[in-house]
Amino acid sequence: MLISMNWINDFVDLSGLDLEKLIHQFTLSTAEVEDIYYMGRDIKDVVVARIVFIENHPDSKKLHLLKVDAGDKVYDCVCGAPNVREGMLVAFAREGGSVSGMEITCAKIAGYESHGMCCSEKELGISADHSGLWEITDDLPLGTQITDAYGVKDVVFEVDNKSLTNRPDLWGHYGIAREFAALTNRELKPVSRMDLTPYASLPGIDIDIRDKELCYRYTGLKVRNITKKVSPVDMRIRLFYCGMRAINLLADLTNYLMLELGQPMHAFDCAKVDSIQVQRFSAPFEFETLDGTKRRIDENTLMICSKEEPVAIAGIMGGLNSEIEDNTDSLLLESANFDAVSVRKSSTRIGLRTDASMRYEKTLDPEMTDVAIEHFMQLLTEIDPSVEIISSMTDVYVRHYDKIDITFDKKFVDRYTGIDISDEQILNTLSALGFAPTLENEVFTAHVPSWRATKDVTIKADIIEEITRVYGYDNFKITTTKAALAPVMRTAGNNDDRWTKDLLVQRYGMHEVHSYIWCDAKKYKDLNIEIEDNVRVINAMTPDHTVLRRSMVPTMITYVNENKAYANDFGVFEIARVINGLGEDGLCDEQKHLGIALYSRTKSEKDLYLGLRDIMASISKELKHRYFEFRIAEAKHNWQHPRNTAEIYLDGTYVGFITVVHPSVQSKIDKKAVIVAGELNMDTLSSMAASVIHYEEPSKFPGIDIDLSLVIGADQTYSTLSAAWQNVTPLLKNVALIDSYNGVVKSITLRFTFSSNEKTLAKNEVQSYVDTIIENLAKIGVVLR
Amino acid sequence: MGIKESISELRQKFDADLSEVRDSESIEKLRVSYLGKKGSVTELLKGLKDLSGAEKKEFGQTINTLKREVDERITAHVERIRQEEEDRLVNSAEQYDVTLPMDTDCGSYHPITLVQRELEEIFASMGFTIEDYREVVTDYNCFEALNIPKHHPARDMQDTYYLDNGQLLKTHTSAAQNTIMKKYGAPLRAIFPGRCFRNESTDASHENTFFQMEGIMIDKDISISNLIYFMKTMLSKVFKQDVQVRLRPGFFPFVEPGFELDISCHICGGKGCSTCHGSGWIELCPCGMIHPNVLRAGGIDPDEYTGFAFGLGLTRLAMMRYGIKDIRDLNSGNLKVLSQFNHE
Repeated sequence: MLISMNWINDFVDLSGLDLEKLIHQFTLSTAEVEDIYYMGRDIKDVVVARIVFIENHPDSKKLHLLKVDAGDKVYDCVCGAPNVREGMLVAFAREGGSVSGMEITCAKIAGYESHGMCCSEKELGISADHSGLWEITDDLPLGTQITDAYGVKDVVFEVDNKSLTNRPDLWGHYGIAREFAALTNRELKPVSRMDLTPYASLPGIDIDIRDKELCYRYTGLKVRNITKKVSPVDMRIRLFYCGMRAINLLADLTNYLMLELGQPMHAFDCAKVDSIQVQRFSAPFEFETLDGTKRRIDENTLMICSKEEPVAIAGIMGGLNSEIEDNTDSLLLESANFDAVSVRKSSTRIGLRTDASMRYEKTLDPEMTDVAIEHFMQLLTEIDPSVEIISSMTDVYVRHYDKIDITFDKKFVDRYTGIDISDEQILNTLSALGFAPTLENEVFTAHVPSWRATKDVTIKADIIEEITRVYGYDNFKITTTKAALAPVMRTAGNNDDRWTKDLLVQRYGMHEVHSYIWCDAKKYKDLNIEIEDNVRVINAMTPDHTVLRRSMVPTMITYVNENKAYANDFGVFEIARVINGLGEDGLCDEQKHLGIALYSRTKSEKDLYLGLRDIMASISKELKHRYFEFRIAEAKHNWQHPRNTAEIYLDGTYVGFITVVHPSVQSKIDKKAVIVAGELNMDTLSSMAASVIHYEEPSKFPGIDIDLSLVIGADQTYSTLSAAWQNVTPLLKNVALIDSYNGVVKSITLRFTFSSNEKTLAKNEVQSYVDTIIENLAKIGVVLR
Repeated sequence: MGIKESISELRQKFDADLSEVRDSESIEKLRVSYLGKKGSVTELLKGLKDLSGAEKKEFGQTINTLKREVDERITAHVERIRQEEEDRLVNSAEQYDVTLPMDTDCGSYHPITLVQRELEEIFASMGFTIEDYREVVTDYNCFEALNIPKHHPARDMQDTYYLDNGQLLKTHTSAAQNTIMKKYGAPLRAIFPGRCFRNESTDASHENTFFQMEGIMIDKDISISNLIYFMKTMLSKVFKQDVQVRLRPGFFPFVEPGFELDISCHICGGKGCSTCHGSGWIELCPCGMIHPNVLRAGGIDPDEYTGFAFGLGLTRLAMMRYGIKDIRDLNSGNLKVLSQFNHE
């Protein structure tokens, strides 16, 4: 929103103050200022002048040779504007002056000397109109500086609208002026209001608020005999500086009012709008707004009607059917207050956000509606004294906000701020902001003014903000807290994540990636990866990003696919979230998983797969100080290899899996490479305790190693053998794989290490244990080679 | 031949024999042939027993001198040969070219992880617990418990990803506040980094999936003064220089008063440059005093406790730290980008 300091000066006298500093202070105390514009700063020696003589240029159809009386003397001027006329008052930039960044010098134009320039409104920067010269209609002495006659010089600043969302009172200059008054300790002048009580006996307007939920207040007045069509220059300049276009007096005045008080107003042509009904409709219909667009109005949109015909979308925009036109000489003035949420939602649904709706959706102060009408009439009658009021001001006030009084003491302020702000300063600040504070028996009472009471200020902490922002956060003495010492340990989950990442990055050279929580339907489809049904996003922008993922692996596979040109061998991983459907409580069963995918063009599938197994094992050792158990398992997803998928267990609890990526997926990525992938449930892992170290004195007696070479069945796994030596003797300390061979027969060589802490073991004793093991092996069909 | 001649002959023979020896093996043989049980010097000593007392004394001394001499010369020769052999070994060794290209293949951390770890380090050192939180949350945790009323624009469909079970993807890390307050009670210091989601179109500076890190500190008598002190101290550590901070009013329903915190531009030091758009300040993070309604919803009595909260844009910090221009690179999985972040 653009704010004119000239305008602010109407309400608070800021003379003698550094405006730039003030605006900076506004940023620190009220709302963010994004930019400052210095209007008219480059205008020098542009004066009111009269065109006294016009002669056509002999060689040009467009150019005229003018004699311009600028008070001090008559100047020769070559001018190309189409609307030159003898007797016309213009803004004349004299030789030696400047305008729109251009020095005016004596120049020869088409063979004739020109000693100045007649300006258009655009050249002066006071409107976008460049169709011809600006004709001055006010009766001003020749030679008057334009910058003295009109508010052309101004400092305009732009406030970030977002920083005003909670401050309905700041959506007009008057509210901003109140802030400046508080910041500078100067007086805020009251809004000028026309006394309408003499008209109270006139007939009122028939206003029927049928929707008492969405309309808080509706105030109206009828006037006629409006003779002026064009707004005063200063008003037009202010509108332009604040981002609006001057249209005609009535439209300009409603806009001016809105920019001044923050209260949107609407002027209906009295010939078309007579009575007022405020209501919603039970069925949707089409309505043409005054911008000429036909819009669909649904049953949730509040409408203003006259004689049961819709004439405006409440708080958003009027209808074309009731628009004021150039010949309009009577009008019905609306100043109303509508429900903020309703206006915002309607404006979103209709797709039409206006200056009015933007204000209404901030929850405006309903106390303003009558003030706005009275101020409007004050301005209108000053501009056009012939105006007649033809109704009483009719005011239907349906819903009032509660009055809010907030009490607090100095101790509360001290505790919240941590500094000492004096009673006097607290009272001054609150008083300047309109809270009419009192201090009795050490208790402050703040009466929240209506313009802050619609949602903004309700509790003690809100009062703290008012006091401290005006005090200035830069003026705070800052101190550290007084808090007790307490040890703080990292959580198991945090540690597990860290260690896992360190291990994968530093030991295994893998790359951590980040991804999205949903399945990417297109990428999955390209790689033959099935999307498994799951919880869905209902309002995704792309239908491809709808289903939440159940596993990290497909995401990792897509990243492998996108990076296959990166290197011959690489691995990617991520610790992130998957959604395992819904729990019994209907909420998402969300789990933190580690996903890994390895890609290789140099390794065999077996080496890569068993390598991933070792990586998983080292994670288990790193986090839990013991090893996972791997069990060959069936594929559960279409991207898993039916023969080479294994589940991972810790202490009998399922924690994840590893898999060779299914050939149907792999072939889509790279026929010459192998890809394996795996996943671990980090939440489950973190819930399990790590083993502690049990120290044992090393044996002083030598151990005995016995190597056995065994022939095992083609489908027999190593894990099925261990039962043969478990529980045979506590003296068996270790079994190590020495060799394995997969030829005509499958054979392995194992080394059994026996030792005792008490004695040197006798050969025959050990042999008896070995015999038992061999017997046990024989029972499952395993024989010595 | 008398014993005298034998001694002299043996000495000459030893001289000759020793000069022949070139390696450690032959010198050992030489030692045995002179000093061993049946060695020449030993035999001479054995012959002493047949001599008379005076001769025994005279030649005994001579032979012992010879024996010592032989022993010493052999020892010295052994050392010389060992030295020669070692020199030969060293001099013939291959010199390896350490200037050959190295294996520089190494893994990488995601840049968010790096920045997150750094911040966690700072906060942990100040006694903050680090909490993890869900990504799918309830309306209650994301909005209701944070004093965001039913019809607040933040809850509109266009900003939030809603799920078909009625839950939503968390739009800010603040969604964790309520749970963490309930878990620990007061006093409390915690940070909670996390992934957040906004339903918006992506471009170089907008992502629908990004990271924030939220922090809260709750205790008796936590004040605005404490908040400013803390933010200044913490951010000076983050930016590794003494940063100036300034607060401006900012509106967030879950804090009151709420602030936008600016830091003095770390690029130009506050003089004004393109990074800070000439203002000397960079808008960095929202913060504020926790709203009493939020404390109450978290089971903490706002009359007894006060606290502050702040939200850091981890994604934004990472982009600032490394000069990443396009936010989409972060979730791209593109290893040409990500593999560069290969050390902490």
